[in-house]
Amino acid sequence: MSDRGKTAKAAKAEPAKRNSIPLKLRVPEPPARPGQAADFSHIKLPAAGVTRRPDVASQPAEMHDLAYGLVRVLNEKGEAVGPWAPKIDADLMRRGLRIMMMTRAYDDRMYKAQRQGKTSFYMKSTGEEAVPTAAGLALDDTDMLFPAYRQQALLFARNWPMLDMMNQIYSNAHDRLKGRQLPVMYSSKEAGFFTISGNLATQFSQAVGWAMASAIMGDTRICATWIGDGSTAEGDFHHACTFAAVYKAPVILNIVNNQWAISSFQGIAGGTEAPFAARGVGYGLPALRVDGNDFLAVYAATQWAIERARSNQGATLIEHFTYRMEGHSTSDDPTRYRAADERQKWPGGDPIERLKQHLIKLGEWDETRHTAQQEEMEKLVKDTQRQAEAIGTLQAGQKPSPKTMFEDIYGGEPDWRMRKQRQQFGI
Amino acid sequence: MTTMNMIQAINSAHVTLMEKDPKVVVFGEDVGYFGGVFRATEGLQQKFGVTRCFDAPIAEAGIVAAAIGMGVYGMRPLIEIQFADYIYPAMDQLTSEAARIRYRSGGEFLAPITVRTPYGGGIFGGQTHSQSPEALFAHVVGLKVVIPSTPYDAKGLLIASVEDDDPVIFLEPKRLYTGPFEGHSTDGVKTWAGHPAGEVPDGHYIVPLGKANVVREGSAMTVLCYGTMVHVCLAAARETGIDCEVVDLRSITPLDVDTILTSVNKTGRCLIVHEATLTAGFGAELAAIVQQECFYNLEAPIDRVTGWDTPYPHVFEWEYFPGPARVGAAMKKMMEA
Repeated sequence: MSDRGKTAKAAKAEPAKRNSIPLKLRVPEPPARPGQAADFSHIKLPAAGVTRRPDVASQPAEMHDLAYGLVRVLNEKGEAVGPWAPKIDADLMRRGLRIMMMTRAYDDRMYKAQRQGKTSFYMKSTGEEAVPTAAGLALDDTDMLFPAYRQQALLFARNWPMLDMMNQIYSNAHDRLKGRQLPVMYSSKEAGFFTISGNLATQFSQAVGWAMASAIMGDTRICATWIGDGSTAEGDFHHACTFAAVYKAPVILNIVNNQWAISSFQGIAGGTEAPFAARGVGYGLPALRVDGNDFLAVYAATQWAIERARSNQGATLIEHFTYRMEGHSTSDDPTRYRAADERQKWPGGDPIERLKQHLIKLGEWDETRHTAQQEEMEKLVKDTQRQAEAIGTLQAGQKPSPKTMFEDIYGGEPDWRMRKQRQQFGI
Repeated sequence: MTTMNMIQAINSAHVTLMEKDPKVVVFGEDVGYFGGVFRATEGLQQKFGVTRCFDAPIAEAGIVAAAIGMGVYGMRPLIEIQFADYIYPAMDQLTSEAARIRYRSGGEFLAPITVRTPYGGGIFGGQTHSQSPEALFAHVVGLKVVIPSTPYDAKGLLIASVEDDDPVIFLEPKRLYTGPFEGHSTDGVKTWAGHPAGEVPDGHYIVPLGKANVVREGSAMTVLCYGTMVHVCLAAARETGIDCEVVDLRSITPLDVDTILTSVNKTGRCLIVHEATLTAGFGAELAAIVQQECFYNLEAPIDRVTGWDTPYPHVFEWEYFPGPARVGAAMKKMMEA
């Protein structure tokens, strides 16, 4: 012991040779801030069609390159090219276009409704519509969804009534959630759409549990879940990947990398060190990185992951590379932290425009029909809004009954304290 | 002295602390370039550089754990959890780690961290942006729990918290950020300008932890409260005309028991008001202490007015919020007892 003590002291005597340079902390910064020109020169988008499509039976270890590549189908000319081009008919693509346009029109209207004081809060999904729309159409309607808060298009993809969604935004008497939840935190068991949490990332590992249950029970339904680039930093993301890999859970783990987590660029979540998809590599999960503004690429990648899940080959991690065109929410002001011209310079384009051009190229769509559909969507949203407002908004009209406030805390009959508090409240 | 709202006072506390001590480091979600979603850290990165005020990944457990590590090194991390409702992923690091490091290391290692977090309702935040979790932290020995009710107290208490060697949960009543709020949902926006506690010294001062503030002297009953409820209780006292002694606890751990007992022994009545849910809320602890220590001086049962035992419902913000009407009714009932 005494000898070892001497050795330790002797080693301590000369620390200067070992490390004489002062250590420095690196804090990542985005390429541009307000007042500067947006700079996306670091983003290298591979040409559409160049990324290989492995067989769905491939082992995760054989496809590490896909976590660093980018699946793209639609090229600059509006053509669908390469091995990932899904063989889907024009009707399905038109449906996708319609849902994306519906989502954007809905978002615009609800955002304005918040600005008019008719509700407290809203979050748009502008620019990211292809991610939930294509996935929603690729999955079966009986598959389970564990969304984050920017996948409202999933509900449209499942033909969920817009009026029902607006009633939730307004917390009015017909809100199925009885006015309890912040606007956009939808929930519908009937639609297979899990109740959205205001706490980030929690759904990601829950989705894995649902998928494990489906496997335990010998069910045929699979599950899909979504998380933002920022929330991959939460522990829940890592729990999800571990469980999904260990148990080969039939689940699709979607990371929506829209570049921004409120004011923090994706580098704060580690996105400049390695693509988010690459996190799957360490867990032994097959991981795809996909152009999230390319409806066909998202559809094809989801279809590939669905096939794996349905054939007991387990989970897939998909990073959707996209861009949040608007602020985080109505409480946010992106002009304070990012370059003003980012939206114009985003190299991934607009998902609606890209699918539209493709359909036109195929001779399955034209400008006249597009304009007519745009007008139709605006009218649909406006008419539905009128119906919703006839029921009530957060500020006026019919509200849920206040006594519902005390319901659903527990199942069964209210206990002593709840009975007493209800009496005090006057019911 | 400068007229400040609570955000500005908290920001001023940061500047004061960071200028005085290079070991004070600030981080959290959106706190760097943007300056925080409530603007509490605005300008700090520009003034002190990116290694003293920076954005953190969205990982509350990671934020608290990293702060503990920095504290163990000898720094004084002052971190932000964006909403108190988001703090739960960090519970393990707070309860099993920050709170126990001094004890389990025989006093050798410390976790001198301060965790700022906006809490409470009144902004239509729904159940994930409105909670009042103070009792959870008060239950954890080793943590201190501090709750200001004015800009002056916010700055002085925050400086005292950061300069304290123990971990502090610093709960900021977000409804009070821009002005005192008496709890009438229909009231227009009132600013801190003109309020005596909106006058804040520019430099260093502390409001000591564990020293309650008698914000209104009175003889009819003692009202124990903190945060937003201080202003609600003052309004209820004024509206009912009952001569209440309103005690702003300022910190619930450590608790200024002397001030509480002196007041209740004088008035013989005790009403406790908090926004958090009733059951196992901090009011239960206060009631237990008061009944044990003041039993023979009490002229009426101790009563509590609190949020209902439900999650904070979005549309029923004002039905849930314990406003001056409910507090005033309890005051009247107590005087009839």
